[in-house]
Amino acid sequence: MGKILMKGNEAIGEAAIRAGCTNYFAYPITPQSEVAEYLARRLPEVGGVFLQGESEVAVSYMIFGASACGERVFTTSSSPGISLMSEGISYIAAAQCPAVFVNIMRGGPGLGGILPSQGDYFQATKGGGHGDYRLLVLAPASVQEAAEMVMQAFSLAEKYRNPVMILGDGLIGQMMEPVAFPEHLATPPVNKDDWATNGMANRGSQRPNLVKTLYLDPEQLNAHNLTLRAKYQRMRQEEVRFEPYNTEVDYQVLIVSFGTMSRVCRTAIDNLKAQGREVAMIRPQTLFPYPEAAVREAAAKASCRVVLSVEMNMGQMVEDVERSVRGQRPVEWFGKCGGEVPTPEEVMEAVRGLLAR
Amino acid sequence: MAKGKTFKRPEALRDCPTHYCPGCTHGVIHRLVAEVIDELGVRGRTVGIAPVGCAVLAYNYFNCDFQEAAHGRAPAMATGIKRVRPDLMVFTYQGDGDLASIGMGEIVHAANRGEKFTTIFVNNAIYGMTGGQMAPTTMPGQRTSTSPFGRDAAQVGMPIRVAELLASLQTPAYIARQTVIKPKYIARARKAIHKAFSYQLANRCFSLVEIVSTCPTNWGMTPLDAVEWTEKTLLAYYPPGEIKTPEAAEER
Amino acid sequence: MQSEVMFAGFGGQGILLIAKVLAHAAMEAGFEVVWIPSYGPEMRGGTAYCMVVISDRPIGSPIIRNPGHLVAMNRPSLEKFAPVVKPGGVVLINSSLIPVRSGRSDVDECLVPANDLAMEVGNVRAANIVALAAFVSRSRILDYDLVREAVREEFAAKAKLIPLNMEAMERGRQAALAT
Repeated sequence: MGKILMKGNEAIGEAAIRAGCTNYFAYPITPQSEVAEYLARRLPEVGGVFLQGESEVAVSYMIFGASACGERVFTTSSSPGISLMSEGISYIAAAQCPAVFVNIMRGGPGLGGILPSQGDYFQATKGGGHGDYRLLVLAPASVQEAAEMVMQAFSLAEKYRNPVMILGDGLIGQMMEPVAFPEHLATPPVNKDDWATNGMANRGSQRPNLVKTLYLDPEQLNAHNLTLRAKYQRMRQEEVRFEPYNTEVDYQVLIVSFGTMSRVCRTAIDNLKAQGREVAMIRPQTLFPYPEAAVREAAAKASCRVVLSVEMNMGQMVEDVERSVRGQRPVEWFGKCGGEVPTPEEVMEAVRGLLAR
Repeated sequence: MAKGKTFKRPEALRDCPTHYCPGCTHGVIHRLVAEVIDELGVRGRTVGIAPVGCAVLAYNYFNCDFQEAAHGRAPAMATGIKRVRPDLMVFTYQGDGDLASIGMGEIVHAANRGEKFTTIFVNNAIYGMTGGQMAPTTMPGQRTSTSPFGRDAAQVGMPIRVAELLASLQTPAYIARQTVIKPKYIARARKAIHKAFSYQLANRCFSLVEIVSTCPTNWGMTPLDAVEWTEKTLLAYYPPGEIKTPEAAEER
Repeated sequence: MQSEVMFAGFGGQGILLIAKVLAHAAMEAGFEVVWIPSYGPEMRGGTAYCMVVISDRPIGSPIIRNPGHLVAMNRPSLEKFAPVVKPGGVVLINSSLIPVRSGRSDVDECLVPANDLAMEVGNVRAANIVALAAFVSRSRILDYDLVREAVREEFAAKAKLIPLNMEAMERGRQAALAT
């Protein structure tokens, strides 16, 4: 199939449709409003549901309601909007409903700015909402990868009965790249009759289904949390994804970087190679579960002197890098936020600085 | 097992005791809703949405699919369901703190979009489950645990008449207010609930029935005094009746 | 081999559109391509710029400090970006609106009165297409006919505008080759 030149935001909308999800609720926010604008025209063509909600809070519960009756559903937003949705995300995770959330990150905290950022790493991977829950977090580094991850997200959400988050940034949303939508990534929805509130008669059952999150009995709540934890452990075993770059040589520095930032690092690594310096990279494609073993093993290579986490924030993922490396090598952070994406030259400078020590 | 010939448990209710306090009207309202569901023959495609409040455990008593909302968000969940599954019959069951305070945004916008679900709004002028705090519908001078000297309208405004507020929207809707404190009112309440569900099943409009209710425990009254206070004080401020019908809205 | 083109001008001059046309043509030619817009609160009248990166292998950084070429449609754009263009690149100056030069002696400066030429063919809004054709002809970054096809496709939904834009392209091409 030929490729189409598309904006990341539009490709995300189209990918969901190609994956068999034609239900979309959203609230406008820069820099991802093009998703809603695209789907407002496109969904009626395929008989889908498009609704602009009154707030991100309400949207998160429209997603909850639709998901709890067994339908594929998704939304897109950007950082401050995801903060508002985080209440609903906690409930959806607690109720074990599948749903897909896309965060096209902008700078924060507060209103912050509208330019690209990776400042919501903690929010996406460590919580955001209240309680012990985890999202499966996928981090695309190109428009093509964003489309593929959106397509895969629906079946992952159903496999684990858990919300999946696509964590992109303003650049992924705004830039255009050639994109194809591989048909094999579209999987049919699973049967949800054993839990979904889709009407007893519709599933030929006499037993009502209940989607709830309240467990007043402490033993029951503990058991419920253990069930969730077992699921997150399974994700850790089965869903870790990462891409190594230049790891086959003897490198002195290991970079860990994801999303747009990892592309800048790739160029920096190529340029440094041309200057005779070898640097490798692990690019996590899943942020939860985190590729701990891959980072640890790459850091442990005899030639590796230092590990550098490069992020468009003030140092968030670096904590997971430190956790992965377990003190075997020094771990440093380099980054910038506010929308100024670090350039390859700046990354090279940071690497040279480390090697000069 | 002996059961009366005329008084039978509706299929849409389970055979179990409720946790509601003596003199509370939730039980009566549950029953009316269940009877109407039976009468319309829609239990197999009904999804109820429980609020946060005393009725959070309503799903233990109703015998149909249920979702449990976060505080105030039931109308957004109902919107999500009806948009993707318009064939389902959906009702939210919400109290005054849930609907008129934290969930005011959700109910106003759902009503204004004309979402085709039904809201049963139980207004007893106080927060029940959290232990008797002031609600947006608490009466002037009414003592609660967070208005220990009585609601001071100069500080916190007058109680919100939710039915009238929603009826002011231009979008057609069925909006009624009834009570269930005495048998003569119960039949009217039942009729209003029946109408509300029927409008939904006809895919006609948003529908809401406000039911003025009691909370003897948190009011610090006997059940009988609570009935009297409801009739005298609450009904004077929250008069029963049909506040808006889609027919009237379309005639205008 | 990678080349980068910075397109810059006022919002409303069709900057994003010509950048997209170039990216599209490059994709059709089998190259890897990225189109990176500036985005901000100004929808009209503010400065709009857009980078197109064309490469024969996967494109790394979409953040480019020094573009290979510049198409400047107004004066602020020229003043902002001319100093950072890589030596040897094409700097296309819309001389209808820009009364100054780049001040660089190590680039291929190309003056094209894009607005005037567009008015001559009947619509000042085609100035962007004039500039695109001039840039492609001068830089030979892609096959000219391929870009012309991409313009045709871009206007496929408004077919009556195609002849005018084809004429605009021709004027741009001649102007670039004449200077």
